[in-house]
Amino acid sequence: MAYSEKVIDHYENPRNVGGFDKNDPTIATGMVGAPACGDVMKLQLKVGENGIIEDAKFKTYGCGSAIASSSLVTEWVKGKSIDEATSIKNTDIAEELALPPVKIHCSILAEDAIKAAVEDYKSKRAK
Amino acid sequence: MNYFSLFNLPAAFTVDLVQLKQHYQTLQKMTHPDRFANASEQEKRMYLSKNAQINDAYQVLTSPVSRGEHLLSVRGFTLVGEQETVGDVNFLMQQMEWREDLEAANDIAALDALLASNAANLAAQEEKIAGLLKADTEQDNASAADELRKMKFLVKLASEIQAKIDAIEE
Repeated sequence: MAYSEKVIDHYENPRNVGGFDKNDPTIATGMVGAPACGDVMKLQLKVGENGIIEDAKFKTYGCGSAIASSSLVTEWVKGKSIDEATSIKNTDIAEELALPPVKIHCSILAEDAIKAAVEDYKSKRAK
Repeated sequence: MNYFSLFNLPAAFTVDLVQLKQHYQTLQKMTHPDRFANASEQEKRMYLSKNAQINDAYQVLTSPVSRGEHLLSVRGFTLVGEQETVGDVNFLMQQMEWREDLEAANDIAALDALLASNAANLAAQEEKIAGLLKADTEQDNASAADELRKMKFLVKLASEIQAKIDAIEE
């Protein structure tokens, strides 16, 4: 199966790889895993006082499409509010990266990672 | 199709692998296409598809994950789609760490150690699933489905460790 140019670009030059201290109160961490392929994805957002995402980092163990999906998401969420970030849909990711049907679950994983990070942000704020 | 009854085995997670292999080989021989060289086209087709089914069934029952999933479907338990993501944070953190360990391991000794500890984790996970699948209750079946899903991450890790070992040994 051939990867699209955008997937290859993100795979070869992943943006924002790494992590933040998950115990930092301004850091929201989303962890998700896909049993179908055993992929594991960690997405971390640095959220400012105003609820705007200032920075994002990811670490993904998985196929090229999973890495590209999470790399793309870190670019997309920066500068967005928490609510705007949750409006990112897997279909947007899949379309941007031209993912084939068998790789759609990679974009779902990335969408779920955003949701999980937002959940973490909200539970941290509630404390 | 109940693969357990195809091999004349009780529908249970714990199977006697020696017995399974014997029944498989017997059925394999009985349905082997070579035996039906002179049969009618219709019969040949029938035995060929039976033969393929026996191979599939054997594959499914040999690996603990697919055997567990098959047992659940035989019990009428609906497995959630593979698209479902796992959200157990502690479990995923652990998976992340193990993958980082694999990334850092660059010689055979370190990789063998990872393979051995992963094998122990796989065995423990299989035992846990066996316990959950003993009784056929809705709650235990749901827990077993969850643990089977987790086991896939360990199976994947085992194959990744092995692939790295193979690449070094080549």
